[in-house]
Amino acid sequence: MTTLEAAADAARDNLTALESEAIHIFREVAGEFDRPVILFSGGKDSTLLLHLAIKAFWPAPVPFPLLHVDTGHNFEEVIDFRDRVVEKYGLRLVVAHVQDWIDDGRLTERPDGTRNPLQTQPLLDTITEHKFDAVFGGGRRDEERARAKERIFSLRNAFGQWEPRRQRPELWNLYNGRHRPGEHVRVFPLSNWTEADVWNYIAREEVDLPSIYYAHQRKVYRRDGMWLTEGPWGGPREDETVEELTVRYRTVGDGSCTGAVESTASTVEDVIAEVQASRLTERGATRADDRLSEAAMEDRKREGYF
Amino acid sequence: MSSLLRLATAGSVDDGKSTLVGRLLYDTKSVLADQLDAVQRASVDRGLSTPDLSLLVDGLRSEREQGITIDVAYRYFATPKRSFVLADTPGHVQYTRNTVTGASTAQLAVLLVDARKGVVEQTRRHAAVLALLGVPRLVLAVNKVDLIGYDEAAFTVIAKEFATHAASLGYAEGSVLTIPVSALVGDNVATSSENTPWYTGPTLLEHLETVPVAPDPHEAPFRLPVQYVIRPRTPEYPDYRGYAGQIAAGTVRPGDEVVVLPRGLRTTVESVGTADGQLDEAGAGSSVTVLLADDLDIARGDLIASAADRPEVTDEFTAALCWLSTKSLQPGARVLVKHGARTVQALVEELNSRFDEQTLSTVEGPDSLELNEIGSVRLRLSEEIPVDDYAASARTGAFLVIDPKDGDTLAAGLVGERFSALGGSEQ
Repeated sequence: MTTLEAAADAARDNLTALESEAIHIFREVAGEFDRPVILFSGGKDSTLLLHLAIKAFWPAPVPFPLLHVDTGHNFEEVIDFRDRVVEKYGLRLVVAHVQDWIDDGRLTERPDGTRNPLQTQPLLDTITEHKFDAVFGGGRRDEERARAKERIFSLRNAFGQWEPRRQRPELWNLYNGRHRPGEHVRVFPLSNWTEADVWNYIAREEVDLPSIYYAHQRKVYRRDGMWLTEGPWGGPREDETVEELTVRYRTVGDGSCTGAVESTASTVEDVIAEVQASRLTERGATRADDRLSEAAMEDRKREGYF
Repeated sequence: MSSLLRLATAGSVDDGKSTLVGRLLYDTKSVLADQLDAVQRASVDRGLSTPDLSLLVDGLRSEREQGITIDVAYRYFATPKRSFVLADTPGHVQYTRNTVTGASTAQLAVLLVDARKGVVEQTRRHAAVLALLGVPRLVLAVNKVDLIGYDEAAFTVIAKEFATHAASLGYAEGSVLTIPVSALVGDNVATSSENTPWYTGPTLLEHLETVPVAPDPHEAPFRLPVQYVIRPRTPEYPDYRGYAGQIAAGTVRPGDEVVVLPRGLRTTVESVGTADGQLDEAGAGSSVTVLLADDLDIARGDLIASAADRPEVTDEFTAALCWLSTKSLQPGARVLVKHGARTVQALVEELNSRFDEQTLSTVEGPDSLELNEIGSVRLRLSEEIPVDDYAASARTGAFLVIDPKDGDTLAAGLVGERFSALGGSEQ
């Protein structure tokens, strides 16, 4: 094979093509928007987003701050990881604490104690307060049926809502980021990635992740068919027994509704093998909030969720 | 290392497109247990005896209620050889808008027809739109062959008719393949069917896995729209000035003579690289950062191009517009044009003609251009920009038309005279 053919082959490689697309999207937003921000929780998709942003602007620093909507129901390992990453790359982190909204009465705790649905208002309030006009999220179209038609540039109205009828056709690699004052655009550079792509890329690039994505011993209890962990969010109830199992997390969200899966996958290669063999989607396996109803995601998107 | 193929599907209503896409996902084991459970439950609720695979690709609740799909949906599946990004474009409502969107990034399109009906009006329209957008390869999937008793003669009639139509649109023989399939039963989708012994070609999936990913970037002259200027101003990189962008066409190597447009400044490429290091060469589709030998004033929106083969720099050109908005276009309209990384004001001076995709002919001097219509216009811009003919370099011949009032995307634009190549008699 000649070097020309080798170079052409490399450009057609699946992961390289997805990386190039994501970098193009980051640079386009940097060029067209005044105040972009990256949603960053320390979870794997947002860590991957940040990795791509760093590559897009290298050797200059990432020209955006990070925003974490903190439910207070955290995994300690993830918060430690978040803070280490922020320090390592000299980034600016804005944290919106859901607890602050509960304390001053703008939000009320739900009877079931879950705080994932409570993230929407702090997110929108913070977007307004900081006048963020482009908000990067790690959403992927393969995650859920309601996301299959999501745009890479997703226009949100002044209430942060997603209106299916106002979404613009996306042609070639030309993105239209025009918006009215008070509106913003959610941007999803990982739109075309699958869960397998994410893990294969994490392996290729040796991206560091919080330890809870890999197998570890944890005290857990069974609820709604998921392994939940003990924590300040309540649980286990009296009728729920705690067991110590070897588990890992496939997604990381609010601790009250993010389930662990039984797994012995302790390296990224083990995880890739497990994902390939898995018979359940990420969200179906581990996110109680998506099980609420078949149209759960569609409803939350309309309300201004990610 | 697996490669990536971007494809689009198109078909008329009831051709079984959702079932075919569902079948591709199912047969490549891209459907996981919880998704399949949901489909099985819904199928039972509807009184069906086997799972309705089309339910795998039904998205929004509003669609499920109305039983229609209203927008382009993206699906993902993979085999050990290749990963696929599939733009599933609904056929019946807003077909131009959806087909144009899906086709703009597609390297191949799968068109569906019902074997009992053959090539119909909408098949011809879809093929014309795909040709207009320059999708390099077509597959005609003749679906529901089980319902015509796997009749070879009937299949051959359809294949020949389509081949003739595709040829009139400019498709060479080797770029079109017709396959007899049954999405419902699975014939020739992922596995060769014993029911069609007379068909010796590849299954749909085999073809998708092995078809060359066109076009070859080495054939086109180099084009790099500058998206962003990287200036670290750090102690380590005090004077670094890198021009970042995704290569639109061609290849670039250190030492190449280039010109920076629209101003026409000549210089030499010093280095090409990414965060992973310097490259000997980079080609179309790669997001790179280029350093130039001379210290020039270059900003977002400029285009770095091959000095030997440069695009035209002009403030006036003819273009085809695929009108995607419910707001109609009249001559004299003021719009914004987004081309590469540059957005400029534009005036629609003339509305020359409207393309009739059914008859492949043009209608001269229409009063307006309406939703889902395709027309030829004369545009005048507020400043000069470097443009290529879409046929020669799609990514530097493509642009968006944007409404300056509310920011809506009004049209997909293609620089040049596009209709004559599609059999349309322009003048």
